[in-house]
Amino acid sequence: MSERKIGEVILDVKNISLSFGGVKALQGISFDVREHEVRAIIGPNGAGKSSMLNCINGVYHPQEGEIIYKGEVRRDMDTHHAAENGIARTFQNLALFKGMSVLDNIMTGRNLKMKTGVLAQAFHLGPARAEELRERAFVEHVIDFLEIQPYRKTPVGRLPYGLQKRVDLGRALAAQPQVLLLDEPMAGMNMEEKQDMCRFVLDINDEFGTTVVLIEHDMGVVMDISDRVLVLDYGKKIGDGSPDVVRNDPEVIKAYLGVSH
Amino acid sequence: MATKKNGPVITLGVILGIGLAAPRFTGSAPGFYLEVLLGGLMAGGLYSLVALGFVLIFKASGVFNFAQGAMVLFAALALARLAEWLPGWVGIPAGLPALALAFVLATGIMVALAWVIERVVLRPLVAQDPAALLMATLGVTFFLDGFGQTIWGSDIYKIDLGISKDPTFILESMFQGGILVSKEDLVATVIAALLVLMLAIFFQKTATGRALRAVADDHQAAQSIGIPLNRIWVIVWAVAGFVALVAGMVWGAKLGVQFSLSQLALKALPVVILGGFTSIPGAILGGLIIGVGEKMAEVFLGPPVIKLFDLAGGGIENWFAYVLALLFLMVRPEGLFGEKHIDRV
Amino acid sequence: MFYRENGQFKSNYTEDQQILGIRQDRWFIFGLIAFAACAMPYIASDYMFRAILIPFLIVSLAAIGLNLLVGYCGQISLGHAAFMAVGAYAAYNLVVHFPGLNFIVVLVLAGLISALVGIFFGLPSLQIKGLYLGVATLAAQFFVDWVFARVKWFTNYSPSGSVSTATVELFGWTIDTPIKKYLFILAVVIVFTLMAKNLVRGHIGRSWMAMRDMDVAAEVIGIRPMYAKLTAFAVSAFYAGVAGALWGFLHLGSWEPAAFSINFSLNLLFMIIIGGMGSILGSFIGAAFIVLLPLFLNQTLLLLNKLGMNVGTAMASHLEFMIFGALIVFFLIVEPLGIARLWAVAKEKLRLWPFPH
Repeated sequence: MSERKIGEVILDVKNISLSFGGVKALQGISFDVREHEVRAIIGPNGAGKSSMLNCINGVYHPQEGEIIYKGEVRRDMDTHHAAENGIARTFQNLALFKGMSVLDNIMTGRNLKMKTGVLAQAFHLGPARAEELRERAFVEHVIDFLEIQPYRKTPVGRLPYGLQKRVDLGRALAAQPQVLLLDEPMAGMNMEEKQDMCRFVLDINDEFGTTVVLIEHDMGVVMDISDRVLVLDYGKKIGDGSPDVVRNDPEVIKAYLGVSH
Repeated sequence: MATKKNGPVITLGVILGIGLAAPRFTGSAPGFYLEVLLGGLMAGGLYSLVALGFVLIFKASGVFNFAQGAMVLFAALALARLAEWLPGWVGIPAGLPALALAFVLATGIMVALAWVIERVVLRPLVAQDPAALLMATLGVTFFLDGFGQTIWGSDIYKIDLGISKDPTFILESMFQGGILVSKEDLVATVIAALLVLMLAIFFQKTATGRALRAVADDHQAAQSIGIPLNRIWVIVWAVAGFVALVAGMVWGAKLGVQFSLSQLALKALPVVILGGFTSIPGAILGGLIIGVGEKMAEVFLGPPVIKLFDLAGGGIENWFAYVLALLFLMVRPEGLFGEKHIDRV
Repeated sequence: MFYRENGQFKSNYTEDQQILGIRQDRWFIFGLIAFAACAMPYIASDYMFRAILIPFLIVSLAAIGLNLLVGYCGQISLGHAAFMAVGAYAAYNLVVHFPGLNFIVVLVLAGLISALVGIFFGLPSLQIKGLYLGVATLAAQFFVDWVFARVKWFTNYSPSGSVSTATVELFGWTIDTPIKKYLFILAVVIVFTLMAKNLVRGHIGRSWMAMRDMDVAAEVIGIRPMYAKLTAFAVSAFYAGVAGALWGFLHLGSWEPAAFSINFSLNLLFMIIIGGMGSILGSFIGAAFIVLLPLFLNQTLLLLNKLGMNVGTAMASHLEFMIFGALIVFFLIVEPLGIARLWAVAKEKLRLWPFPH
């Protein structure tokens, strides 16, 4: 197992505020993420965690604040720009392409790398054919990694929930991201599935050096696999630091009323 | 969010205003202008009638009933034929008495038909997206077309409301020669206005009407205070069927009962886009704007355009409503009075 | 027991992504093409070519185009016949102003012009979707109707408003008999079907399907909605344009603008709903259905009349409307993926047959 070296700050979120109409989802949140680390975002329901992730990859546009990614300062992120520059994510509600197979879903994750034009594809000419086979080979690596080989041709709608979540992860991985945003990757899973998912997350971080930012409710998981933890409550930051520090923070304990899953 | 869109809306309004006023200055007689305007208003009123049934159903059950136009045709056919056949069946004198009885019978038929459509076609599809419902009701339109002609026959039939087809001249004192309006159009407008009034009273003053409005607002809340949802839907559809009958009667008297009536099914779309899917005043206003716009475009915009591009004739009416709706969609998709939709991830 | 895949292994990705992966499928399709190309010309009568096979093939082409847009990319087009009209009139004007131009070039250019128009009328799809987009496409249909009826240049100043085409000549080969027309159209359809299959299994097809299934997620993973939607409109209009040109030149011979009216558009839509949205095979099935049903009904009615039941001939067209309408509703409720899906399910069962599972 290679020594994971945590690098410099790759993502710096400064003073983000986001509101929808009268509802303040995020208020003045600032934190940073270092390269190669596993950063957890925790907090009670409605704390704004998903909104934060949405801001990072450009789905929501905050009213205030900036996001500095790989040295580039942006008032708000653009989804395409984020995708092109190495940010990929999974979704709380899966958002898989129900009409397609597992293989095709993960192949869509390679879309940015596939450049041949419509005409070449229509006649399946040399470059298009070579590209398709090359990307297929890469996606098969991802499928091997996630151990979903038997399901590759199954329409995703037919798979059980746990496997669908793996496909979601696979689609994000296919893009070879530098920063992987995981929105509750273990929600609704049983103990075994959670262990599998943890293993995947750690392997991704170890083998590919991918920086992981994940939202998670399971305290055990968070304490085990993350390097640093950010705690949100009602759109405000109430804790930030290593798992141990955060675990003993009175503010955090108060917010959770001492409940852990 | 609203301020960002205000610019284009104002521009659209100004363009509409100019379009409305400009013909006044083209040198044609003011009386003529008023004629076209009134003609357009009356045609628009008839569009509104069709759109009204649509909006009613959508307000109460969230279902898009694009078969409303087909229902209008079916109703008109039923009315025309029953009025013809009843004298032979029950010995009632032909003309207005037969028509009145036919109207009552037709109401029953339309209510039943509306209920069947809701039950068989629309309820199973209620969770799907509106485009699927659109296509399903296109299917219903085709079905009703064939079915209606099988039952009632496929010639062009007349509905004789007993109004003379002679044109009248009004406002003779103000404009030289007076303004030409058709008596039928006048009666149609009066009937339409009466219907709207009836509906307004029904919705505002009666307990059932209140229940309908509650259901339109929030199904679950309405259920929780004991309003029987299924019964309400039946009532709504019955009302829509009745509105279709009135529209069919009025249109049928004016145009004769023929297939082109179901083209109204498609015309209702631009009307509700302009007016908003959930607004009764919107349906009325939308219909009027489209009616007037079409007539104005055809009569005043047509000739210069034909001359400019050396065209082989007019026909702007055929696409004007849709292009206008398209412009509205780009600028203000929720229509003049509708509610905004927000897409959340 | 016939449809077994036993022993048919795929040892590399090339084999795995074949269009016809199962040997039996390959035999069937090649056999079908061979039959259509070699046997049909001897078996079928002129009537069969003129009334059934030629319209079926051309309309399938248009249906494939519509299916790419609606079934694969999830957009909506209620006025697709307008693109056919553009193709037909474009081809006509090309032939009139550039006589001697190779007919295949004419077809391709007509398709490209139609594709451009398709992109233009597809622009609203960047802002609106579903039902609203449907209204936009209706606007396109009625506007295009009007343009071709009124702008005299398009009909070469024809006094009656209709245009006629001369016989098509290709590389010295005069395409004048039904058999020759059939073979030419068959070749075109085979090529275009192959192209469509390729597009659908490539990354452009996947991005279309991603837009259909979940456009927000698609955007997040880096698919550009504008590119996906507009290419869908462009390719779809290209197919419709070529189909329109073929329809005008090789099927109708002469036409007026009403040949490409809203009824044609709605028929195309019904074809893909009944046949199967998101399925190339479904486009063919739907086309066959819509072309054959009226003929079938007519024959049935004639038979009934012979048997003594007095059914008017108008009844045939009423029945047609009723059956179409009922089927549309039926399929939308019961099996939105149409007959093609029913066929796919049947094939699944066939793979196991005679075993229950």
